[in-house]
Amino acid sequence: MSETPATAVPPMAMLAELTHRCPLACPYCSNPTELTGRKAELTAEQWADVFRQAAELGVLQAHISGGEPASRRDLEEITKAAADAGLYTNLITSGVGLSRKRLDALDAVGLDHVQLSVQGVDAAAADEIGGYRGGFARKMEVAGWVREIGFPLTLNAVMHRRNLDRLEDTIDLAVRLGARRLEVACVQFHGWATLNRGALMPSREQALRARDTVAAARIRLQGVLAIDFVPPDYYAKFPKACMGGWGSVGLNVTPDGQVLPCHAAASINGLTFERVQERSLKQIWEDSAAFNAFRGDGWMQEPCRSCERKTLDWGGCRCQAMAITGDPAATDPACSKSPYNAALRASAEAYAGSGTDLTYRVAPA
Amino acid sequence: MSSETSLPDDARPVLLRGVRIHWDKVRGNWVLLAPERALALDEIGAAILAETDGKTSFAEIVERLASKYNSPAEQIAGDARRFLVSLIDRRMAEARP
Repeated sequence: MSETPATAVPPMAMLAELTHRCPLACPYCSNPTELTGRKAELTAEQWADVFRQAAELGVLQAHISGGEPASRRDLEEITKAAADAGLYTNLITSGVGLSRKRLDALDAVGLDHVQLSVQGVDAAAADEIGGYRGGFARKMEVAGWVREIGFPLTLNAVMHRRNLDRLEDTIDLAVRLGARRLEVACVQFHGWATLNRGALMPSREQALRARDTVAAARIRLQGVLAIDFVPPDYYAKFPKACMGGWGSVGLNVTPDGQVLPCHAAASINGLTFERVQERSLKQIWEDSAAFNAFRGDGWMQEPCRSCERKTLDWGGCRCQAMAITGDPAATDPACSKSPYNAALRASAEAYAGSGTDLTYRVAPA
Repeated sequence: MSSETSLPDDARPVLLRGVRIHWDKVRGNWVLLAPERALALDEIGAAILAETDGKTSFAEIVERLASKYNSPAEQIAGDARRFLVSLIDRRMAEARP
């Protein structure tokens, strides 16, 4: 089998994490467990420069996220800069911190799309996970404003053992709110979520039922609601094609300007990440050691190296390989071909039967 | 839903808000930008969407493309309907009556 040369092709998308600040405290937050404080955040001018560089490099879409991006008072200015750079702009928000007035301002500066997260289908369930009373009610208000203004809406529902049995209700909620898309995103166990495996790990039966529920809803709701499904990978046969391949499709800029191949990459020991304050985005994307570490397939070991799926799933998730095996170049343990897979599955079943309390994300300094 | 039901000949297809064609200067091709999606367009796809404005009926779009590309209308209609219905099914476009 030939090796794909590790030459950088232009990235399609960037995740712009404007801040780690967030009023919510979700126990599966995708931010790292070591959070960046407000004082270290890039300025709006710095973001504008990053967006211009990204567009020159080939990025088409900017996913404006956090933390909660609305925690920044200059969100409107930053969004305008992304739109002015020619990027398709997607606001990824919990809704908390947005008002009708702010959404009107975002409309005026050219925001293309809103992705609203929901933590549950009613206030009791959602606010328990978000750790923020009144959060659900605010989200429902925000969804109404989004619809009035006319933005396309995606609902992002993070699913786990505590809410997977209400997947049908979650799909109904998306339809009721007028969403065009629903992301049924089962918790991926990195960072904060790793601390909560006992409380959040779904059972095998839940995982299988979710797959069937989504398959049936996709047919029933064709032309009404498009549904993306991220399955709980501990029960999968093959791993997720994380990021569509390391350093292949997308990049992530952190609140303080580090450029990462994925949002969890800082969990991999031994990699040094460069900053937009020090080098151009192009140099970082094409030449940095961190982006080249797992680009292509030359870094792979067995069983990935001789696997016919190696350019489909790219060996799965490097961060998960690191977390479970201690070796970021190992096959993702979520792959049934990994020698660690049996232990991973057994651990999933054990976690699913435990049920410990939630460990909430803390606020950054 | 069958293709003719989703997009009858007299319906006027249109891209929904937040879905637009964009010249990708880095890769040198047209792309369709949509929520969480970027689809590279071939020449035919770009030509179909250039005529898709919410005012022109599907039958008229087919007629224009058939004359522009000097191709049989039935073939154009099949390709164009398949493409537009795939966008309607994914909530990127709609067929106005």
